[in-house]
Amino acid sequence: MTSTTAASSGKRERTVTAPNGTETGPQLYVRAEVRARKGKQPAWLLAAVVVLAIACGASLAVGARAIPLETVWDALAHFDPADGNHAVVHARIPRTVLGLLAGGALGLAGAAMQGVARNPLADPGIMGVNAGAALAVVGGIYLFGITGLTGYIWFAFLGAAVAATVVYLLASTGRDGATPVKLALAGAALNAGLYSLMNVVLVSSQDTLDRFRFWQVGSVAGRDWSVILPGLPFLAAGALLVLCSGRVLNTLALGDDLARGLGQRVGLSRGIVALGVVLLCGSATALAGPIAFLGLVIPHAVRFFTGPDYRWILPFSLALAPALLLGADVVGRVALPPGEVPAGIMTAIIGAPVFVWLVRRGKGASL
Amino acid sequence: MSRTVERAIVEPERTVGALKTAKKGPQLYVRAERAAKGFNRTWLLAAAVVILFVASILLGSYTVTVPDFFTIVWAHLTGGEKIPGASFIVMENKLPRAIVGLLTGLAFGLSGALFQTMLRNPLASPDVIGISHGASASAVVAIVVFGASGATVSAAALLGALAVALLIYLISRGGNLRGSRGNAAGNRLVLAGVGIAAALGAVVNFLMTRADIRTAAEALIWLNGSLNPATWERIGTLLPALCVLLPLAAGLAKPLRLLELGDDTAAGLGVRVGAVRLGLVLTAVALAAVATAAAGPVSFVAFLAGPIARRVTGKPSLPASALTGAVIVLAADYFAYNLAPLLLDGTVLPVGVVTGALGAPFLLWLLATSNRKDA
Amino acid sequence: MARLSARDLTLQYEQRRVIEGLRTEIPEGKVTMIVGANGCGKSTLLRGLSRLLRPAAGAVTLDGKDIHSRPAKELARTLGLLPQQPTAPDGITVRDLVGRGRYPHQAFFRNWSHGDSSPHDLAVRNALDATATTELADRIVDELSGGQRQRVWIAMALAQETEVLLLDEPTTYLDLAHQVEVLDLVTDLNRRRGTTVAIVLHDLNLAARYADHVIAMKDGAVVAEGTGIDVITEELVRTVFGLESRVVPDPVSGTPLIVPIGRHHYPAPQATETTKPALEIAS
Repeated sequence: MTSTTAASSGKRERTVTAPNGTETGPQLYVRAEVRARKGKQPAWLLAAVVVLAIACGASLAVGARAIPLETVWDALAHFDPADGNHAVVHARIPRTVLGLLAGGALGLAGAAMQGVARNPLADPGIMGVNAGAALAVVGGIYLFGITGLTGYIWFAFLGAAVAATVVYLLASTGRDGATPVKLALAGAALNAGLYSLMNVVLVSSQDTLDRFRFWQVGSVAGRDWSVILPGLPFLAAGALLVLCSGRVLNTLALGDDLARGLGQRVGLSRGIVALGVVLLCGSATALAGPIAFLGLVIPHAVRFFTGPDYRWILPFSLALAPALLLGADVVGRVALPPGEVPAGIMTAIIGAPVFVWLVRRGKGASL
Repeated sequence: MSRTVERAIVEPERTVGALKTAKKGPQLYVRAERAAKGFNRTWLLAAAVVILFVASILLGSYTVTVPDFFTIVWAHLTGGEKIPGASFIVMENKLPRAIVGLLTGLAFGLSGALFQTMLRNPLASPDVIGISHGASASAVVAIVVFGASGATVSAAALLGALAVALLIYLISRGGNLRGSRGNAAGNRLVLAGVGIAAALGAVVNFLMTRADIRTAAEALIWLNGSLNPATWERIGTLLPALCVLLPLAAGLAKPLRLLELGDDTAAGLGVRVGAVRLGLVLTAVALAAVATAAAGPVSFVAFLAGPIARRVTGKPSLPASALTGAVIVLAADYFAYNLAPLLLDGTVLPVGVVTGALGAPFLLWLLATSNRKDA
Repeated sequence: MARLSARDLTLQYEQRRVIEGLRTEIPEGKVTMIVGANGCGKSTLLRGLSRLLRPAAGAVTLDGKDIHSRPAKELARTLGLLPQQPTAPDGITVRDLVGRGRYPHQAFFRNWSHGDSSPHDLAVRNALDATATTELADRIVDELSGGQRQRVWIAMALAQETEVLLLDEPTTYLDLAHQVEVLDLVTDLNRRRGTTVAIVLHDLNLAARYADHVIAMKDGAVVAEGTGIDVITEELVRTVFGLESRVVPDPVSGTPLIVPIGRHHYPAPQATETTKPALEIAS
């Protein structure tokens, strides 16, 4: 009796492995893809940086007045104020720098946010950052008659910070603390409320709408150094927090129980990463207006090269998000002459088809 | 035993607990009581809908007495003598407004709950996955580029919503709707929708910057969703659509419950998973599309109704979600139409501005006070 | 000598009290099996022992110190845990997943630890080796079979290199061969490294065979603890599971083997007579 059981279980073992062997078509494909990405991440990252450099160059060269690359280089190396071309290049430096900063911040924040919320739909906007900033800017315009971009930035940052704090506190109530589902729901609900309040103002005050609609699209144009510099310390702090948390996010991805078993203080680390996200995303929104989608599309696209390892996802997002934002800005400058299409619009219009294509391929679409 | 199994099918979440405690009298009693509570609270929601519906017809800045109301309706139906002024206000303004509010609320609430249940993602709703954005972009193009108004805008919105739905369907069909593992296919559908929503949202924002400010303001009101242009004509398209879609949703509710157990389990129980999913998507999209065409994308009703209904009744329920949607829209419109003008120097707010402002704090309060693990 | 012990432990979810005033110890260097009927609180006890659940009263101590008073990472270097049915991130490779078990040994700000000779890499290789998953190292976790996947998760727990390891139903959904394989693996670990192991297990027969120490629970309380032969009796099976059975010596290991009776079979009278002497021989 015992021997028959052993024999049959042995046979079963074989029949289990046989289909596995024949069914290798799709698995082989997946495995080949894994092998392709394994160990090659540094090379891909270098390629991403090169793409970013090209986007920077294009951002300095392309526009209503196209300037050859040698001249761009000249203008950077030996600036001649008398040369008209040099002046144009110099005028384009702030928007290029802003594109780099805002893009990088949103890319990093987006990647980290997906890790914190463990939800592929979570972008930094889910923390209420964009809605908070928007409501604060609308309030600033309506109540205090703020007009300039320099005025908006503090309102936007304050609004983003307050909204995100409220979302996090609300999600943290109850025994489990800020679980991904509660975080997502609290964020989405607060977003709904804040946008509604904002629309109350916009519907009743046409003047406010007139100014706000131009901030709302999100753009890197027209900001000078006085707008950009105050954002730097916040961006730096946020980037530091998020870039250091690759392993923390890797562990969180295993689920709260296992992460705790591995000695992670789940609530604390989630809070730290969320703080980084808010600093990054809040500053970026304050500087460039709400640029939607970048924080969502880039981390998804990046997974294609990196797999699920956040230690790679974060630097890749940092490099590729500004490349997309700058590229979109460049295209926006020449798309509908004589005017410009703001970078926030072009990012979505260029990014969406790419994103949809990625999703359709079924790669990198999940966490 | 067979009853337990039956319940296992209807209420997957609870069965484990029910089986575990089946022997223990008092707990079973508690459970039965809780089930009764969920049932009662659904009726409570229905009562709230009726009260709000009646209130928005009879009360407000222009009050109508109950006998007057019946006199007016009777006169209208029989072609009898009309009460000057009152007849017009009731028949051309208050009544159609309340009916459109009721119907769109039901449709949005149900549509959102269908999406959320089917995709197992509390963030999924027609607001998020691009249907509303399709309607918005199309309507704003009609308003800003072609200077359209009224019914033309509605038609454009309907077309836009359906076009986006078709696009999303075509995109996710490649990966087919029946996912083999987990809800990867569902996620794909949602993500495709999010991508499309982002692009269309950008188009809307851009058009808003290019339009002259008066047109932009008009578009903004439409974008928020408003019952101001509610007419019998709109009811004429909305009502037949719902007469088809509501029974369809009711019919799909049972297989949907089974789908919640996972695709394989559902298939094992005889559900044609692919067909049901397709039916659910189409129903949910159509509900959102007709409602949007009638009143604009009344913000966040679809997203808020499901989670609120779930916390009020203690379980996910499609009828409760639909009723919650109607409560939100009717209450918000009562506020927007009758109370807000007193506070804002006569500005009649679009209803969608208020839905979010009323619904969101309520959901947040529910989130903060409920200590359920899945909250 | 116990390293991990529960003193007057009360555990509850929200208002529902699952365990009240429980006292028990997980003996050092042994394999302990926690058994009991569904819903008796055995998984809850494991969650309490592994600090996933904060006690409402009483304490869990490791080497005499309350586990909640110690830094989480330091504790995780001593006390490891494998929850029931963990989820792997999509598309992760076996090696990456096992590597994530090294988390408590790495400093917060160090994201990378390179070099094949680093202690981390060595630990990962040893863990893969011990679980016979080295050949699977570059495969995607999702595409493995159930048994392979469970071995990979155990490898992750091994890479954590803890002296105490808690496993919540590690054999669920595995066929008999794989169940035995997993338990053999855990026993190897205990014998070779001296790891203290506590496992919540459904299968009484396997629990009896592999346990040095058995804790039997009912309604949130410990009803018996001790060696398998002392604890697992017909009387205990009746109290804990409400099941009539015959307990005979396992022909392979001599440990108690439960033969359930059920409603459709009646034991031959001589079966009971042979049971007793056999048990005496076994003990």
